[in-house]
Amino acid sequence: MAELETTGAARPRPISPHLQIYKPMLTMVMSIVHRITGAALYFGMLLLAWWLLAAATGPNAYANVEWFMGSFIGQLVLFGYTWALIHHMLGGIRHLIWDTLHGLEPAERELLTLATLIGSITLTLILWVVGYLVMGGPR
Amino acid sequence: MSEAQPMRTAMRRVRGLGPARSGTGHFWHQRVTSVAGIPLTIGLLLIITALLGRTHAAVVQILGSPIVAITMLLFIINTAYHMWIGMQEIILDYVHEEKWKLLSLMANTFFVCAVTLASVYAILKLSFGV
Repeated sequence: MAELETTGAARPRPISPHLQIYKPMLTMVMSIVHRITGAALYFGMLLLAWWLLAAATGPNAYANVEWFMGSFIGQLVLFGYTWALIHHMLGGIRHLIWDTLHGLEPAERELLTLATLIGSITLTLILWVVGYLVMGGPR
Repeated sequence: MSEAQPMRTAMRRVRGLGPARSGTGHFWHQRVTSVAGIPLTIGLLLIITALLGRTHAAVVQILGSPIVAITMLLFIINTAYHMWIGMQEIILDYVHEEKWKLLSLMANTFFVCAVTLASVYAILKLSFGV
């Protein structure tokens, strides 16, 4: 057993061509965007924790969070957070559909991928318009 | 490659257990938490939209009410497991040196535990008003 393994490892393994030799396609770009939004949302959970802890702490702590979220940087981060969350969710639904072996034909997978992108941008904009309406305009 | 992974025995390879030493279990758990994440994310977005621009007192009252608090807790715990698996996958893809791999896997666990516990604690405090 051990002998077999050493001889196997000593032989150079066949390697496949990597990312840089392919023409970038929507599906592969959206694949890496899914991972990047996932990683961003991972750290974005810090913002949610901060907001919840501030609410649990008291009015002063909550005012600090509100000040940050209302600032230009805060709004930019929140807008990016909203889009990343919705995009990752729609991308996840696309992957779940693919997991069932549906929508894998060339035209279908391009369409699904494009729908993810357009859907996430549209839903984010709608949510922000609704959000501003709820608050009575940007502060 | 095989010298760099002295802990990977022939039996491990035969059983198909990957570098995280847990086979396809996480693959399936990632699917389960992603399905659960769809309604929970929609719930989170609705809750946050409903809380925009409200006073601290109103936010505390709404976040502490049972349906909202339970939705938030489900979102936080489900997301915690989902993002723990996801970040582990990213680490295993890009960090190959054994020492850094172990350290970043540990850091992933510590981060997820800390953020999750902080969020859960806040929700419980808002709910029970301790």
